[in-house]
Amino acid sequence: MSNTVPVTLNVNGVEHHLDVEPRLLLVHALRDHLGLTGTHVGCDTSNCGACTIHMDGKAVKSCTVLAVQADGAALTTIEGMASENELHPLQEAFWNDHGLQCGYCTPGMIMAAAGLLAQNPNPTEEEVRHGLEGNLCRCTGYHNIVKAVLDAAKSKGASVGASSSGQPGVTA
Amino acid sequence: MSVGDAGAEVTRIAAESTNGAPAPSNHVGRSLRRKEDPRLITGRASYVDDINLVGQVWAAWVRSPEAHAKIVSIDTSAAKAREGVIAVYTNEDLDMEAGLPMAWVPPGVEVNTPDHWVLAKDEVKHVGDPVALVIGDDRYAVVDAAEDVVVEYDPLPVITDPEKALEEGSPLVHEKFGTNKVCDWSLGGGDLEAGFAEADVIIERRIVNHRMAGGAIEPRGVLAEYRGDRLTVWSSTQVPHFLRLFLAILLGVSEDRVRVIAPEVGGGFGSKLNIYAEEIGCAWAARKLGRPIKWIETRSEGLMVTHHGRDQIDYVKVGAKRDGTLTAWHSKIIADVGAYQLLLTPLIPPLSAFVMCGVYNTPAVVTDVTSVHTNKFPTDAIRGAGRPEATHMIEVVMDQLASELGMDPLELRRKNFIPPFAEGHETPIGVVYDSGNYEAALDKLLEHIDPAQVRAEAEALREQGIYRGIGFSTYTEICGNAPSRAVGPAAFGLQGGGWESATVRVHGTGAVTLYTGTSPHGQGHETGFAQIVADKLGIDPQQVQVIHGDTDTGPFGLDTYGSRSLAVGGEAAARAADKVAAKAKAIVAHQLEAAPEDIELRDGKFSVRGSPDKGLTLAEVAGAAYTTMEMPDGMEPGLDEQSFYDPENFVFPFGAHACVVDVDAETGKVKVVRWVAVDDCGPAINPMLIDGQVHGGIVHGIGQALYERIHYDDAGQLVTGTFVDYALATAAELPSFETDRTETPSPVNSLAVKGVGEAGTIAATPAITNAVIDALRPLGVNFINMPLTPMRVWEAIQEAKGGVPA
Amino acid sequence: MIPAEFDYTAPETLDDALKALADGGEDAKLLAGGHSLLPLMKLRLAAPSLLVDLRKVPGLHGIQRENGNWRIGALTPHAALEHTPDLGVVSLAAGTIADPQVRNRGTIGGSLAHGDPASDLPAVMMICEASITLQGAGGQQRSVSANEFFQDYLETAVEPNEVLTEVRIPAYDGWGFGYEKFNRRSEDWAMVGVSALVRKDGDTIADVRVGLTNMGSVPLRAKAVEDALRGQSATADSIARAAEQAAEGTSPPADLNASADYKRHLARVMTRRALETAAGLG
Repeated sequence: MSNTVPVTLNVNGVEHHLDVEPRLLLVHALRDHLGLTGTHVGCDTSNCGACTIHMDGKAVKSCTVLAVQADGAALTTIEGMASENELHPLQEAFWNDHGLQCGYCTPGMIMAAAGLLAQNPNPTEEEVRHGLEGNLCRCTGYHNIVKAVLDAAKSKGASVGASSSGQPGVTA
Repeated sequence: MSVGDAGAEVTRIAAESTNGAPAPSNHVGRSLRRKEDPRLITGRASYVDDINLVGQVWAAWVRSPEAHAKIVSIDTSAAKAREGVIAVYTNEDLDMEAGLPMAWVPPGVEVNTPDHWVLAKDEVKHVGDPVALVIGDDRYAVVDAAEDVVVEYDPLPVITDPEKALEEGSPLVHEKFGTNKVCDWSLGGGDLEAGFAEADVIIERRIVNHRMAGGAIEPRGVLAEYRGDRLTVWSSTQVPHFLRLFLAILLGVSEDRVRVIAPEVGGGFGSKLNIYAEEIGCAWAARKLGRPIKWIETRSEGLMVTHHGRDQIDYVKVGAKRDGTLTAWHSKIIADVGAYQLLLTPLIPPLSAFVMCGVYNTPAVVTDVTSVHTNKFPTDAIRGAGRPEATHMIEVVMDQLASELGMDPLELRRKNFIPPFAEGHETPIGVVYDSGNYEAALDKLLEHIDPAQVRAEAEALREQGIYRGIGFSTYTEICGNAPSRAVGPAAFGLQGGGWESATVRVHGTGAVTLYTGTSPHGQGHETGFAQIVADKLGIDPQQVQVIHGDTDTGPFGLDTYGSRSLAVGGEAAARAADKVAAKAKAIVAHQLEAAPEDIELRDGKFSVRGSPDKGLTLAEVAGAAYTTMEMPDGMEPGLDEQSFYDPENFVFPFGAHACVVDVDAETGKVKVVRWVAVDDCGPAINPMLIDGQVHGGIVHGIGQALYERIHYDDAGQLVTGTFVDYALATAAELPSFETDRTETPSPVNSLAVKGVGEAGTIAATPAITNAVIDALRPLGVNFINMPLTPMRVWEAIQEAKGGVPA
Repeated sequence: MIPAEFDYTAPETLDDALKALADGGEDAKLLAGGHSLLPLMKLRLAAPSLLVDLRKVPGLHGIQRENGNWRIGALTPHAALEHTPDLGVVSLAAGTIADPQVRNRGTIGGSLAHGDPASDLPAVMMICEASITLQGAGGQQRSVSANEFFQDYLETAVEPNEVLTEVRIPAYDGWGFGYEKFNRRSEDWAMVGVSALVRKDGDTIADVRVGLTNMGSVPLRAKAVEDALRGQSATADSIARAAEQAAEGTSPPADLNASADYKRHLARVMTRRALETAAGLG
């Protein structure tokens, strides 16, 4: 094993200190070291987007980021989207609209959608479809995912691009 | 347009069932949002890789880079010398008497089935064939160690073309058979020769249905632990019960000591309907080492060694009268099944034969299947499994025939539709469809889309170089596998039955657990099955917990595939719930001093007919059943019932789809701009779930038609081995879908339901192929095979122009 | 999925980065957003011994306009280009790269230094006649024209001990532009991409640039098209005629989904379309 490197990851508002191999992928740091298994891995070529999280307020594919690159960054994962008592508007919309079946792509899909809505709070269907071009779903044919994102955007008073953990930079 | 009169009696047009406040006793038919979802949308679900055990170590597989070669030597010393490496195994280390199972023994048909070891023995037969298993204590380091295993290969000739593989002198995948042919198998009925003699027009087409992948977004994964004398295996599988059985047999462990858990499973589409080398190998090594072992497939690995589907060359010959009446249909299928045979590999191409009559009254229909070995990974069931291939042949050729006859394609279809039937229709091949009303589905489709209007749009668009086309597909399919007497050893030859089990357990407080033998992986059984049971017992679906995918909980089951869960497993659940309700009624009758047959379930209470005020809720009945207070004399305590349901027949969903495409004639790029689907799977349990299945199914078909392709080059190298090249469509490529339903009850089960998991996929590829051909007819293109990639479409246009592609 | 082992350092100055790079030997690599390099490492198609992460080095970020030029720091992500519409064709092309998540991490410097002819930005830099700034050990800087920067497949003018620090692009105020990317899925690489810049004088095309993506081992300028069109009237006919020469002198790599002939054909069609848009006819 090559030398380990100390990193500090602020995940969903909680600071974690880890010593990691430089080659450790951020997604494995989250899943295997911090036990945050909501972020998934669906491919090895940055295509599927199942590993999407927010890094300093931007949607990124955590399988294509080294944990050492995220040193000092503020990260939000799917586990940080709902508050104790309330689902995030995107989670609520995915549930209401049957925007998921097997659920494997769903965390990444929700995080990508949140990234999109942070940039563009009132997207058209076309913009939603392009905004999700980095996320693959095999179950839904995307129909209900697109509907859910549009519905979440329409839901009143919701700052749908933001997570409820109040991460810096994750605002609509 | 209204539903055809003839059909009205048979088919109830689906009503919008989400309007208004539903009666509390009527949850079936409503689009309830899913009970599964809260854990899934918050990241709290547990897929295999989310589970870790104390002392867990990791597996990595050394795979052949050669498509066909002798293994000269395997040097594991460098890998073994690495820090953290616990073991490296090759075939010599395996103390297993048998290899991976294949479960089809058709009576009277010889099937050449090779040994298929967990680790390759002496030779490798396809790229990715595993030659060594490395176990190490670190997820990353075990991959490094696998790279240190040095294997020397002596390459052998490679064959990847199934037609060439059948020729004399072809390289042989398995020397010992002296041929690459796996088997010949036929199913037919009617007088084919007379049918063709009677025909005014005969057309023949060669249709290529290319190889594709399941593409579940969760890769496969296994976690195996042998503790004490018990083996526990968590696997991302559709078939935990089958896996338990074969683990017990192959590892020599008593079946009661084997527990298989399919935890949250991230999609399957058939690709997790198998007994894989990695599952058996990890379990074997876990026992040998006494350590829990985890293996998680990478996507590149998955595209190489998770089974593929389709890969057929189909020769179709059809005869018809001048007026369009079909007289004879002959399909010859050459199926490239790859190098080995997995659980159902050679059984899949014959499944096409069962629906080769389609929705048409063709008097003579014969299907001949020849399966062939090549140096590719095995094929097996992928969403639709045999029926998409059949439907593609039928529906594409129907359009070809219409063009040949100068008829409207829908008119040709109507001319040949089997008229509406409610209680069975026997096709010339002996398959008895349960119920159907094809005209009604097509009529309903045409309420949503007007072909004349699309053609007018097409006319206008053509001036901009955009060629718009419309294509149709009117299909039926066979699902609900089951029934045992038809699929089992003495009939079709599957070495097993087709029933399903369910246990409904009412707890003392009135809470209910349903144990189902099916094993969902995204379909929504926890919600749909809860709706069924809730209505039977007068409770809210929230009170019904559906347990699945754990062989240590409910009775043995036959898992989830082939759109069988609702029609077989749902019916089993309904029957178990009926038994509970019957016992509840007996208890209530005793307490209210009435006859059991006078007790009805009304507004959540079991009460005497006509006296709804004095009744007992399920919780009250359960209280009596478990405290044994006020029970009829001689009645056993408890409220816990089981059903093993083996249906009398399959079920046959059907429908009509229309697809509109725009083709950029300059580049050949096809864009799907509209899709209208009318599907009939009987009365809806949860319409929202049906729509979801249809959406996903259609995209699986669009994917195959336009984007997806497993392609091996002549050297047997997999060219499309990552998600960069194996192109699943994204949201950006697709339209939203317009879905509707007709509801024709099935006479087969008490719920009157059929299946819908594969219907969209079965319908889709011919609709889009027909649409592309329709678009390009003004340019002289009359036929084209999938995949309809831009280059292929462009080349077809160039060829039609009479030139070579420039 | 798992990269091979490597050492890692994240120096805080450019000098330290250059020193680390020099000390690391020939298998040391610079790391920007990592979206060209990490995918190759995960498939073990690349296995650097040392990664020198530039993320802490100041001064490599940002987009500024000064004196009629744009200065773009090497670590500027594609998303920032995409969301700066005043960058014209650069912004348009950046918005077509892969997907939003990739655009949030992938950088202009990383993309150019990787030198993949199938990437969107290299040919765009050529038509913009960008100047690419490289800094070597000891602080000496040199500028290389984008037209000389791409030397062979995945080979650029960046020397082993140099860092690409910024890109300077003239502001093409008043020029029309177009980018036509042909791919199967919107997240895919370009099968063929054509970028175009057009300056009109009245109805005449006073100047024109055309760039070709994925039409050879390096990004290309379609000089024959440019020469044929310069000085011509800005009509669909003249554009169509000139676009016929788009594939001249190209030797595009063939793959499963596109033969060389098909790519040449696509280059002609996409050139015409990009030029029509750039000339305001689209």
